[in-house]
Amino acid sequence: MANFTVRLKKSKSQSAGVEDKMSSIKIRTKRLDGNTQIRTLITHPMENGRNKDEQGNFIPAHHIQELWIEHNKIKVIRCNIAGSISKNPYFDFLLKGGEVGDIVTVSWIDNLGKSDSKKYIIKK
Amino acid sequence: MLKSRRKFITHLLSLGGYSLTFASGILHSSLANAQWLQQRFSLSNYDETILHLFNGAELINNHNKIKFHRLPYIAENGASVPIKITSTLKNVTKIYILVEKNPHPLSAEFFLSPAMEPQVSARLKMAQTSKVVTIIEADGKFYRKVKKVKVAIGGCGG
Repeated sequence: MANFTVRLKKSKSQSAGVEDKMSSIKIRTKRLDGNTQIRTLITHPMENGRNKDEQGNFIPAHHIQELWIEHNKIKVIRCNIAGSISKNPYFDFLLKGGEVGDIVTVSWIDNLGKSDSKKYIIKK
Repeated sequence: MLKSRRKFITHLLSLGGYSLTFASGILHSSLANAQWLQQRFSLSNYDETILHLFNGAELINNHNKIKFHRLPYIAENGASVPIKITSTLKNVTKIYILVEKNPHPLSAEFFLSPAMEPQVSARLKMAQTSKVVTIIEADGKFYRKVKKVKVAIGGCGG
């Protein structure tokens, strides 16, 4: 029985870890004077193609090319991004209005064709 | 290449997902503009970039309706320089961020819909001490603001 509970705990923690790895995007919102501040933090290496590894070879460019945000499925902002944005990029934007319970979606695509998106429901 | 059957299948599925999104046109802009994008982001000269972006349009200098926040005079680490731009201009449609002496000066461009307030913040990489330039397009006019940032340790290059 003791073994069983230990196993359960392990599997729980593992699954939580996997969930964290699944999405590269963190979203937080804040209501400010009737507007909504959307803050995003994306896990991404943002290599600009000019850095060298230990053997002296260039690390190929790998950076987010485009980022866009949807508010209730309507695209409200689109950004083109170069490799000269910092590693694990942070952005924040101010949305006019926005109600508690609205859905905000943040998506990105990088120069290798990888992409990710995440939904977030505006809280109080 | 792929170790397990399960991985292989998930890859197949994700590929299918990509093609679906392409077909439905959600990512239309990024596909159509990929080449064009690469060109404007790979320009290595500041003046060239400005010419390419604005085609000789007049840039109204140091407009006091644009404000920088968080951008330091001396950045300790060029790998992550915070910048926040706010503006009191109306009908802002585009915001550009450029770093004059970076290998590729154009860092980011933001296309704002009317549902957004003109406020944007990000973190930049800076190779060396340089001017940070932001250009805002509002009502078809371009407004520019410049600030010099000293960098103690460069963020680009190995």
